[in-house]
Order: sequence, then structure tokens, then C-alpha cells
Amino acid sequence: MKRLILKSACSVIALAVASTAALANEKLTEMEANPADWVMPTGNYANWRYSELDQINKDNVGQLQVAWTMSTGVLRGHEGSPIVIGDMMYFATPFPNNVFAVDLSDDNKIKWKYEPKQDSNVIGVMCCDTVYRGVSYAPATDGHPAMILLQQADTTLVALNADDGSVIWEVQNGDPSKGETATMAPMIVKDKVITGISGGEYGVQGHITAYSLADGSQVWRGFSTGPDDQTLMDPENTTHLGKPVGKDSGTATWEGDQWKIGGGTTWGWYSYDPKLDLIYYGTGNPSTWNPSQRPGDNRWSMTIFARNPDTGMAKWVYQMTPHDEWDFDGVNEMMLADLDIDGETVPALVHPDRNGFNYTLNRETGELLVAEKFDPAVNWATHVEMDPNSDQYGRPQVVSEYSTEQNGEDVNTTGICPAALGTKDQQPSAYSPKTGLFYIPTNHVCMDYEPFRVSYTAGQPYVGATLSMYPAPESHGGMGNFIAWDAAKGEIVWSIPEQFSVWSGALATAGDIVFYGTLEGYLKAVDMENGDELYKFKTPSGIIGNVMTYEQGGKQYVGVLSGIGGWAGIGLAAGLTDPNAGLGAVGGYAGLKAYTDLGGQLTVFTLPDSATQ
Amino acid sequence: MNRRHLIGAALIAATAAAATAAYAVGPGDPSSAEDVDGKHFDADGVPTYTIAEDGTVDWYTYSGFRRYHAECHVCHGPDGMGSSYAPALAESVANMDYYEFYEVVVNGKQDVGSGQANQVMPAFGTNPNVMCYLDDVYIYLRARAQGDLPRGRPAKKDAKPDAFVEAEDACMGG
Repeated sequence: MKRLILKSACSVIALAVASTAALANEKLTEMEANPADWVMPTGNYANWRYSELDQINKDNVGQLQVAWTMSTGVLRGHEGSPIVIGDMMYFATPFPNNVFAVDLSDDNKIKWKYEPKQDSNVIGVMCCDTVYRGVSYAPATDGHPAMILLQQADTTLVALNADDGSVIWEVQNGDPSKGETATMAPMIVKDKVITGISGGEYGVQGHITAYSLADGSQVWRGFSTGPDDQTLMDPENTTHLGKPVGKDSGTATWEGDQWKIGGGTTWGWYSYDPKLDLIYYGTGNPSTWNPSQRPGDNRWSMTIFARNPDTGMAKWVYQMTPHDEWDFDGVNEMMLADLDIDGETVPALVHPDRNGFNYTLNRETGELLVAEKFDPAVNWATHVEMDPNSDQYGRPQVVSEYSTEQNGEDVNTTGICPAALGTKDQQPSAYSPKTGLFYIPTNHVCMDYEPFRVSYTAGQPYVGATLSMYPAPESHGGMGNFIAWDAAKGEIVWSIPEQFSVWSGALATAGDIVFYGTLEGYLKAVDMENGDELYKFKTPSGIIGNVMTYEQGGKQYVGVLSGIGGWAGIGLAAGLTDPNAGLGAVGGYAGLKAYTDLGGQLTVFTLPDSATQ
Repeated sequence: MNRRHLIGAALIAATAAAATAAYAVGPGDPSSAEDVDGKHFDADGVPTYTIAEDGTVDWYTYSGFRRYHAECHVCHGPDGMGSSYAPALAESVANMDYYEFYEVVVNGKQDVGSGQANQVMPAFGTNPNVMCYLDDVYIYLRARAQGDLPRGRPAKKDAKPDAFVEAEDACMGG
């Protein structure tokens, strides 16, 4: 009832703000071109995490120094990054999701701090630490002042006045008592804020929702599974690999009502193409992790979605991992770049997936162009079928030995690469238009996976599998790589081995360098051309945050949040067992514990004046 | 119905725990004094593990390993070793008795940890995936706490006893 009233209210509002809608959008598009700012968590709408700033460059980055630091007052895993608009920096902490506004022009003074009041029970239904990936900025329009959008762990979406941190409106996006929580940074598109939901391990029905920036009223909600009126799909005009999806495709490949608790959460990094007027995002694993309990392709979990931002209507979808058997969520970043492929410039979408394949699609049509492994260890599928005439078109060709479904319940399937962490998780890549390459933080971890019977209780974990993880065997022994990727050819250009998974978001700059953080706590700068290390500095805690850059008072700064945690902090803290030492071996690989401990700090770097004069 | 039954059982366990909490000194001697259809109990009637010389574990220890790594390890880390998020249960279990362990799992714990570490132990009393196997998880962690079971998957295990299958069907609802 309440929702109905809200809906009709919002269509009235939609009419009222139609004239100013385009304004907000254009403003952000304009602002993202100003390299002095870091106007959104992803750097720009295309998800490049690239800056034109080049004061810090490959010749002088070795002289980088810490400019200033700040404790966040919270000790949990710090994903995401600050944003910078003009003189102001904004960032949020993990639960309790405090928001800081820092005045960069006034000795980095805290201008305001927002402290939400949340029921701490939500901590218990967050699957992998109480991480949060950042706030977003909505420029002022006639309808509202400049705002900072926060989605709290308990899914309360809050619009704060950017000037003083006062609450303008708030709305509940999900129900934590059913296991719905929030970890992602919302995205501002035109007159709307668009956000998703976490809880794939709790049997939620994943959704993406647009709210009016003017008053927080819901404009549309598209579920990942369900009948067409819930998935916002047109049976004739929404396409999957060029073909209409057909009626109720979001229930047709599920048995019974399993789709209602089918997962397909939406907590990754979204992107937006203003020219095509489409937003892009991916959906997560189908619930449960025991594939035998959910026969069928489980559409549209594990899917790349292209939707209209005003109506939510899906234009095209591509399901990467039909009937997931390994927890290879499809939520990772959707990066938009125009690439030369076979002599033609293609409006491409590049997506390095958890499943170990890096996909290049035509973002206008959803046509699949490239699907190649971005870690040679990947073994669960031989390849993705690229022949449009094959009945297997677009499907990964699963290797029976590594199929947890074919091996069945109560059987331990061993040696699957990658592990459930994926060849990469949410940690976002960077793209440099200078080199045309993608810089990708990766995991180099394999697993054993034993699915078994599980039953659903609302608000309780709904997992149904036991996993053991270990570094990729017969490799360099480490658990991560940082790679440069050619998305047109589907090839690794260079690869840096890392002892631990690289769980930090990368930053590429016009200074011909790429930055990333490590779980031990190092911020590293490497040469964009060849991956040579140019600089490293150990911050107080492990880095799972994303590196960002901005300019203030004529100087370039590089900032990153430290604070070990997240899934990496859980899986790697104690160290992984050594697969080569035999079953049940004591010892195991050195854990993160030996290198770092909890923390919560922003570290900002710059060059000494002597280096820039 | 099933859920209500579980909650009832949980409440009884909680009350029992309150009564014995003051005497808690850890799990005590893990030697099996009684074998009930493949499930072992120590001299105090508390569930325990057996590990044969060749490393073969009883089914319940193995089942506990499995369920631990489905339900607990996302916070408490692999092999009961702890994580950046929650304590090492292989250590915790050494310092609490069976009834206390039950009480914490059933009812959860608020405001664990200090300052801004923000830790909460959720209540699992209504979750059959946990409650139907809680003895198993305890048995597994007891073996880990005692230092008798190394990290990783137990190499060999006894066959699944019929009594386990029956109890599982009854508890998980057919």
C-alpha cells in the first residue's frame, strides 16, 4: 500500500523535475572531466579510475611522501575511496557508516561528520565483514541542494546536505531481517540515485532500485529473478545474445518458487553511458551454493544487465555463468571504452568476472566479442563458446572434473581454479586511454568445494557448501597477481606476482603510472608500460580500499584507505593450507596476521615541493 | 512447527547453560566413554571426537568440519583459526564448556570486542543448518581445540551412521 502511494507520488514528481533532470546529469558529466576532482567513486561514469593529472609521474613518483593522514575511528575492513569535489573531500567508514566531510583548503579540518544510528544486529547478517564502498555526490539542482548519498549497512539510503551533513531525506531500500544489507556505493544518474542490495548468502531476491533525488521516492525497481513485471523485461525487445528473452525468463529456468530466494544480488560497480542512455551492472550468485537444490540456468543470476536509467527496462542481458556451481558472482565492475577490435572501433563493455573470464561485449547490442581467461590457472571451463550458430553460444564449457553439480552433493570436488573469491572480486580495475589497457587486481587462489543439503530460514545464512582455499598450485606460490590486460585481444600484457590477493582498486594516471594497494598494507606505484615497481610505502593496515587522486592548491595528491578486512581479511588472516604438503597438513601458508592488523586510516601522498619546481 | 520446536530446544539449552556457566573450565578430557551409534560422548556425557591412529575421524567430527566451513568460517576463518572479523573458535572452545558454547550459538552475543571493532555474534537458534548439526560443529572444534585434529579437511572418515541420517531427516524436515 505504502509503495503504491509512493509510486504514484513519484510519477507526479517525475513530471515536475523533468526540466531540471538533464541538468544534474550534465553537471556530473562535465565535472568528471575535471581532473582536480574525483567526483564519483569510480572516477567517471565509464568506470575508468583514470586521472589526467600528471604532476606525479613515472620519473618522480619514487620521491612520493605522505602529505597527511587521518584516522577513521573504525577498525573494520575499509573498501571504497573518498571523493573530492572542489575543496571538499567526502568519505564513509565501514559500519556504523560514519561520513566525514573534510575541508582540503582549511588544513584538512573536519567540516562535518554524520553518524547514523543503526541496529548492530545488521552486523550479524553481513556475509563478509561490514565493508562499505563509498558515498556519491549529487550536484545541486532547483529541486535540492548538493547532496551526499549514503547507503547504510541496514540499507537505509540517506541524502545528506553536502554543505552541513543534515539529512534531507532517507528511505529504506531493503529488509535486514531477511538478510538484505548494503555495501555498495550508489550511483547518481540524472535526477535519480540508483543502488543495489547485498545478501546472496541469505537467499534474498536481488534487485536494483532508482530513487528520485528530489525526495527519495522510488521510481522503479528491477529484480534479478521473477516474472517480467518484476525483472522489468520485455519478452520481445529485451535480448540475450541478440535473441528475445521470451516471457517470464526470470522464472522459466528455475524449479518451483526457488527464484524467490534465488539471490542474484547487485552490489558491484555500476557504469553509465550517457550517449546510449544505458546503465550497466552485474548480478551475483544464485542461492544456495548447493547447485543440486536449484536445477536450471537460474536466470538472471550471474548476468550483465543493460537497463534504461529512467524506466529500468532491460535492453539486453548476458548470463555469464548459467547454473553457477562455484559462487562466481557476476557483480564486478563494468568498464566502458571504445576499443579497436579487428580494425573497427567498437563501443565496448569490459568485465573481468569472478569466474576467471574477461568479457568484452558491444555495450550497445550486448553482442559477445571476446571471452578469455585472465589467469592461466583458470580450469573449471575450457572456453566460452563463441560460435553464434552453436546451441552452446555464450556458455562456458564446463570441465566435468570440476563440476560440483555433476560430482554431486556430499562429494568434495578438488582443485577448482579460481576459488569462490574469483580471479577477482569487487576490487575495481583501472583503464588508461593512453595505453588502451586495463589494469586488473586479481586473486590467484584455487579451492575444493563440497556442496550439501541446506534449508532456508529467512534472515539466516543459506550457504550449503564447504570450501577450502589455497594458492594456485604449480605457480609462484602467491595468492594474487596485478595484471595489464588487452581487452581487444583478450591477452595478459604483463603480470606482477603478489604474495596475497590484490584486493585494492587500481588507479591509472596520465603520469604513466598505475597505483594499487596490497593486503600487507603497501601502496605501490608501477610503470604502466611494463609493471616495474617505482614506489612503495607501508600504510598502518592492509589495503582493500581503492586508490584515488585529486588536485588541491596546484598540487596532485594520491589517497587511499587502509583497514584490513572484507572477505580477504577473513580468508587470509589465518593463512591458507598448503595443498602440496598433503591433506591435513599443519603449517600452511603464512597468514596476513604476520604482516598487519586492524586499522582504519586515510593516507594521502604528494611530492615534496623540490620535486615539482 | 519445526522452527518453534527448535526455539524451544534452544531455550532449554540456554537455561541449562546459565546453570552450569559458573563451573565452566573448558571441555575437559576428550576420551570417548560411550559410543552411541557412532556418536561419542565423554565421561560427563558431553559429545566428543575420536581419531584413529591412521587419522580416520568419526563421522560427526567430519560432519562438523563440513558444517563449520559452511556456516561459521565466513566470520571465524578457516579451520577455527579466526579472522580479522571474529575470534578463533579453536581457542574459544578450549575456554568454555559445551553448554556455554550452545548458549552463545543459540542466542548470539551483542557488543563483542572493544571500541569501534563492532563485533556481533548472530543468534542461530532458528537456523536448522546450524542447530541440526551443532553437536557436530562442537565435536569438530573440540578436536581442533585439543590440538588432536590438524588444519584442513580430515583425510579419512567413518561411514555416515544410520542414526545420523535419521536424526538429520527429522531435524531438517524430511
